[in-house]
Amino acid sequence: MSEEQQAPAIEVNDLTVAYREKPVLWDVDMEVPAGVIMAIVGPNGAGKSTLIKAMLGLVRAAAGQVLIHGRPYDQQRQLVAYVPQRGSVDWDFPTSVLDVVMMGCYGALGWLRRPGKKERAAALAALEQVGMQDFAERQISQLSGGQQQRVFLARALVQSARLYLMDEPFQGVDAKTERAIVEVLRRLRAEGKTVVCVHHDLETVPEYFDWVFLLNVRRIAAGRVGEVFTEENLRLTYGGRVPLLQRGGGGAVVGAGR
Amino acid sequence: MSAVVPLLDFLGDYTLRTVALGAAALGTVSGALGSYAVLRKRSLLGDAISHAALPGIALAFLLTGSKATLVLLAGAAAAGWLGTLLVMRIVGTTRVKEDSALGIVLSVFFGLGLVLLTHIQKLPDASQAGLDRFLFGQAATLLHRDVVMIAGLGAVALLVAMLFWKEFKLLSFDPDFGASLGFPMRAVDVVLTSVLVLSIVIGLQTVGVVLMSAMVVAPAAAARQWTDRMGGMVALAGAFGALAGVSGSVLSSLTARLPTGPTIVLCLTAVVLVSLALAPNRGLVWEWVRDQRSRRALQTDAVLSDLRALARQHDSLDHGHSIKVLEAMRFGRGGARSTLETLAERGWARRTGADEWSITPAGLAEAERRAPGKDEEERP
Repeated sequence: MSEEQQAPAIEVNDLTVAYREKPVLWDVDMEVPAGVIMAIVGPNGAGKSTLIKAMLGLVRAAAGQVLIHGRPYDQQRQLVAYVPQRGSVDWDFPTSVLDVVMMGCYGALGWLRRPGKKERAAALAALEQVGMQDFAERQISQLSGGQQQRVFLARALVQSARLYLMDEPFQGVDAKTERAIVEVLRRLRAEGKTVVCVHHDLETVPEYFDWVFLLNVRRIAAGRVGEVFTEENLRLTYGGRVPLLQRGGGGAVVGAGR
Repeated sequence: MSAVVPLLDFLGDYTLRTVALGAAALGTVSGALGSYAVLRKRSLLGDAISHAALPGIALAFLLTGSKATLVLLAGAAAAGWLGTLLVMRIVGTTRVKEDSALGIVLSVFFGLGLVLLTHIQKLPDASQAGLDRFLFGQAATLLHRDVVMIAGLGAVALLVAMLFWKEFKLLSFDPDFGASLGFPMRAVDVVLTSVLVLSIVIGLQTVGVVLMSAMVVAPAAAARQWTDRMGGMVALAGAFGALAGVSGSVLSSLTARLPTGPTIVLCLTAVVLVSLALAPNRGLVWEWVRDQRSRRALQTDAVLSDLRALARQHDSLDHGHSIKVLEAMRFGRGGARSTLETLAERGWARRTGADEWSITPAGLAEAERRAPGKDEEERP
């Protein structure tokens, strides 16, 4: 991998976010090299989604700085694609799959201009990448959870960004969708792009990701999965109760990713 | 004057034409823009805005002494906006939830409006100010220049909605994603709320502050029943709004002293009821038919598999089984007879006696096709 030669995809310095008096993120530093697939892992309420939202400016930070490929987010917006949690929208909204995917073009279109043939073609191509091309004209309420997730992924692919921030893309999806997503993530990495996912399922971390960021309000550890994803770090992150990996035995939980 | 003008005179009647045009314009605009309120699950915002407009109307009159519609509606718009702003502030700065904030603003503003209206009616020189028409609406008071104004302001509101079509769609469907694309969603929200205020204010004289929210919510709710596309919903809601607006205000201006707001709302109710019941896919009738169909399919499945189990048990296709046995096999399931008749029509079962049935070879094959290998676990 060539990440050492480039500016990091993400550089977060001293990020602090608080709701009312309660800190959600405390003094978090993060550096994501370009061209990796990184998982943000931590217990519920650890601030995982907030970290992504703060990078995107959706949540106001009390302090701290975020650089995307070396410059502030405001100047690099077109390099970043965001995949929100599937449950954050109303899937009974009166619109078609193709229409949702075309929303990914809205940023490039700018104000007032409507999507046309070019955007339609791009949206169809993105749907094909996630295996949903036959669903283009479907009403979105007819989709299963996994299909919804793939539509959201396609919407981000349309943006042809360099950095993808995804909030729990694997949450509650079927096996087919999980495979499709993993395939897309690997293809993105092969193209030199960077993916950061909030992730819940500890067991699949070594298989799907090559970098991991352990978070519980503060940064616990970050780095290559093979070096950082250890039982001790997980215990530090989850406060002693690591639900899934205990049976693995002592020492490093996993070998080196791939 | 007789209470009912003969229908033939309708098209020639200047007042009626004015009223119908005005109502069509306001119905179209409030229906179309109301779609956004409904899609954003902010249906009650329309209620708060229209009630909050009342003190604005009264204050505009007190301050300027003018009864010109434009002046009064400017006051209404300002107060409606202030009310909306207050709701947002309350939600943003306190722990009061949105529904409570809407309730508070709505009742406080409306109460204030009523107090001001009473005060105005006691003024010596303002006894026939006629501001109380803004409570329940009086279509007959619409003048030609009011209609021109309604149409003009309404056209502005619709034009803005068309220009910002995709921005409004982002705001309604996924505002966080919109913000991540670089659109200032708060500003988009302000624009959308402004045109919503505009669309409500132009209807106040005809429909009244009390029931104006129905013009915002009901056409959109009805339209959603018929279409799965946002464009279709907005257009259809506009059409429903116009339909109810015209029929309601014409009915009320044909009848002396019948307030327009309630009449329009009754017309709207009819549209909503028909839509809830009859719309394809989402309609209740449709749902009932689908329900019945799937219930029948399940029952066919069940009886067929029971017949197969019985045939296996007796090792014979000729042995007949009484309906009572079949009904007892799954308790609570009546109507085995009609299901058996359906099966017989398809050649999957046959009658072997007065009340006895058995499965046919074709039925056996069909049962195997539907549930391969399931017969081993079948209950006797």
